[in-house]
Amino acid sequence: MKFIKAFISIAITIVLIWLLGIKIGPVPPLGPFLNPSTGFWQNAESKHIVAAENLVLPGLLGKVIIRYDEHRIPHIFAENDHDLYYAQGYVTAHDRLWEMDIQTREAAGRLSEIIGPKALETDRYHRRMGMVYGAENTLRGTLKDPATKMMLMAYTEGVNGYIHSLTPKDYPIEFKLLDYKPEDWQPINCAYLVMLMSETLAGGSDQFAMTNDLKRFGAKTVDDLFPDYPFFEDPIIPAGTKWNFKPLPIPKPSAGFLAQMTARIKTKEIEPGVGSNNWAISGSKSATGYPILANDMHLNLTFPAIWYQVQMSSPTVNVYGVSFPGAPGVVVGYNQHISWGDTNVDADVLDWYQVKFKDKSKNEYWYNNQWVKVKKRVEVINVRSRKPVIDTVIYTHHGPVVYGDASEKPAEKYETVPIGDALRWVAHDESNEFMAIYLLNRGKNYNDYREALAYFGVPAQNFIFASNDNDIAITSNGKFPLKFKDQGKFVLDGSDPANDWHGWVPADQHPTVKNPSQGFVRSANESPTDTAYPYYINWRFEQYYRSKRIADKLTAMKNATVDSMRIMQMDNYSILAQDVLPTMLKYLDPSKMDNDQLKAFDIVKKWDKHYAAKSIGASIFNKWWGKFYDTIWRDNFDVKGIFLKAPSFDRTEKLLLTEPNSKWFDNVHTPLKENAADIVNLAFNSMVDEMVRKYGKPGEKWQWGDVKQTFINHLANLPGFGTGDFSAGGVGGVINALRNNNGPSWRMVVQMGPTVTGYGVFPGGESGNPGSFYYRDMFQTWKDGKLNELLFLKSVGESSERIKSTLTLSGK
Amino acid sequence: MLFLIILILSFVSSYFLPWWVVAVMAFLAAFFIGKTPGKSFLSGFAAIFIVWTVLALLKSIPNDNILASRVVQLFPIPHRWIFLLAVTAAIGGLVGGMGALSGALLKKAFAK
Repeated sequence: MKFIKAFISIAITIVLIWLLGIKIGPVPPLGPFLNPSTGFWQNAESKHIVAAENLVLPGLLGKVIIRYDEHRIPHIFAENDHDLYYAQGYVTAHDRLWEMDIQTREAAGRLSEIIGPKALETDRYHRRMGMVYGAENTLRGTLKDPATKMMLMAYTEGVNGYIHSLTPKDYPIEFKLLDYKPEDWQPINCAYLVMLMSETLAGGSDQFAMTNDLKRFGAKTVDDLFPDYPFFEDPIIPAGTKWNFKPLPIPKPSAGFLAQMTARIKTKEIEPGVGSNNWAISGSKSATGYPILANDMHLNLTFPAIWYQVQMSSPTVNVYGVSFPGAPGVVVGYNQHISWGDTNVDADVLDWYQVKFKDKSKNEYWYNNQWVKVKKRVEVINVRSRKPVIDTVIYTHHGPVVYGDASEKPAEKYETVPIGDALRWVAHDESNEFMAIYLLNRGKNYNDYREALAYFGVPAQNFIFASNDNDIAITSNGKFPLKFKDQGKFVLDGSDPANDWHGWVPADQHPTVKNPSQGFVRSANESPTDTAYPYYINWRFEQYYRSKRIADKLTAMKNATVDSMRIMQMDNYSILAQDVLPTMLKYLDPSKMDNDQLKAFDIVKKWDKHYAAKSIGASIFNKWWGKFYDTIWRDNFDVKGIFLKAPSFDRTEKLLLTEPNSKWFDNVHTPLKENAADIVNLAFNSMVDEMVRKYGKPGEKWQWGDVKQTFINHLANLPGFGTGDFSAGGVGGVINALRNNNGPSWRMVVQMGPTVTGYGVFPGGESGNPGSFYYRDMFQTWKDGKLNELLFLKSVGESSERIKSTLTLSGK
Repeated sequence: MLFLIILILSFVSSYFLPWWVVAVMAFLAAFFIGKTPGKSFLSGFAAIFIVWTVLALLKSIPNDNILASRVVQLFPIPHRWIFLLAVTAAIGGLVGGMGALSGALLKKAFAK
């Protein structure tokens, strides 16, 4: 009896320990996670900084000195380039290892390994989109050049140098929460980072929706509602710029395309202004007589931040800026000769092709009047505590058939992907973006900048540039396929070689301008050129709102300083409101309004058109315009079961301002015939009703900063690891295009001159560890619209009060 | 006495052995010097409760408890870091207590 009692007690103890040691659903294994010797308590960093530390690491050739400033930004000084990229890998892994791991897993379609079957469709999507295939090609291109091979291999060594120094208690907290171990870094992971940016910035497509539009409404209507050049535009390269090169012959439209356009044959809400800004002013407009460059790149905002600040110095380079955790070099930044920044081009570099297979085996497809063999690629997806899933993807000469039939495609997901079509995507091609980064980091003048850009394939960027030679320039740059006009606006027939891409636009013929007479260059994702440019890049770009506002401000500007640029980056003025509000107000009749409507009318009439956090007018206009837009298009474009694309804000503006009696104002579901005035009134009343219902009578609760939700979450959406909702100004379509969790991921201003001085901030901190004092120490500065002066050390010995500690690395 | 022995053994071993070794330490100590099962459980519980509290605080105090204040929000308990400390210590205590109880019961079984 006594033995039984003892054994029961022992058994209970063992079961208890076992239960505490396993992951149950989303709950981490509590024993390993909570115990203070190896669990999360170990991730709590002390506020006492060790002023000097020495480490010996295998593989280093010489000595590396890393000086950390008050934001714990590393300033790396290496004796050679190998050690420089090694050290960058080491310090980045130290601060961002889990972020590097999870991002490359996402791109590689390997989330199921750690999350389980829940992530399977996400993984399949990435595999089937050819993310692995593309990364393999990018890696091949990168390893061909000795300089970029060195970068990638040394960076990888550095990351692994850090990983190998870890014991389980040192693992970043997310590994402990999700219960897995860091694995060795591979060079291909750096290529996955490039693929991920391509997916984010050049991986979207409205081709499928446009094809459905074409089928439903016919070519004439589609031409009218989805024009190839907007009603309002202010292109990146000043309109009227002459193109003094002899363009390549433009390919002829295929017979099928012409037939489509001449014969008969669940809208997603579009929100303008997902996007970035950059501009540079020439010395003639600045107080110092030297150019100033500004850049704010808009992306999804997360903890840890998407960017990692770093200064990198060796005998061949001394550069400061932001890097991607997981990729060597500085992506956007400056040295003591040049500065550069990016906005996205959104070129049409992703096309869908209909494929006709010979039979159900799908071994051959029809192309150029004959049957051609497909290639098959087997993707093995490992799933946590399950058997691996094996997925075979068919490749035509265009690329992968992402979803061969409806059974392969998950319901209500990836609706932009047409079924049965092959994907031609520039991100699949061999390329070497790292060479562009390598050269830009070392660039000294305009020619170096143009040489570097020729290597940059995808995602195409508007590269802005300023130098101490008093040059400013901007180039819409990337691999642009040579196409006939509108090739890829709709799904293409994959059997006709005339529909293939016909080569590339030569790099020296990319849209570019140097030192224009207006004294500034700028971009905000709008059309790169006016219609005189000989090549087709895309039929639609971001609308002109931010672009025009920036140009208006810069045109008027004299004696500009860094602060003038900083204030501009926070500008909330709405060009959309400037365009449409007078007309919308004109259609309202206050004599027919009730009290709430009158109050709202009065506020929006007096509104200064700034989307400030405290503005009530902004909330009223925003909802009013949104309802107006929805009411016009919903009856025709929100059709159950068909994926359609609704016209742009730009086209809607044209409708309001120039076609008040257009048939599109008429609601097909009512017997009445509505016009612009009817819809403006309907939208206004419905806006007031909704606002009163949600926020009470017009008043403080209607303030834009509270109505608009702004927040930054942890990458794994862990509660407590992000910011929660905070009040902030801005909206899509104004310079400060901050909304929800999308906004300026890095704001930078660089004053050129004898000493180049940079200013910058991102929302978060250098450390990805929520147990670090540097996890979000820059957030408040960012939120307040301020910038930190960036510490640029000209030499390793330069003294600065801002340096708080030094880490010395040396080889074995 | 038992309490002190478990406290010292688990404190020292926690730096190089897995987290569940506290149960083994408590078990062995109670097996050799434990008196009644009830008292052994209390000694094991109290010793590990205190060891884990002290070890956690050694990391958390120089951290101004910023990490614990974030992590506690993942748990369905009041969002104050001290509650997370209490949960941590209680789990450790339970494991230690059960180890000690098992040791004492086994000892009793062998004694005649």
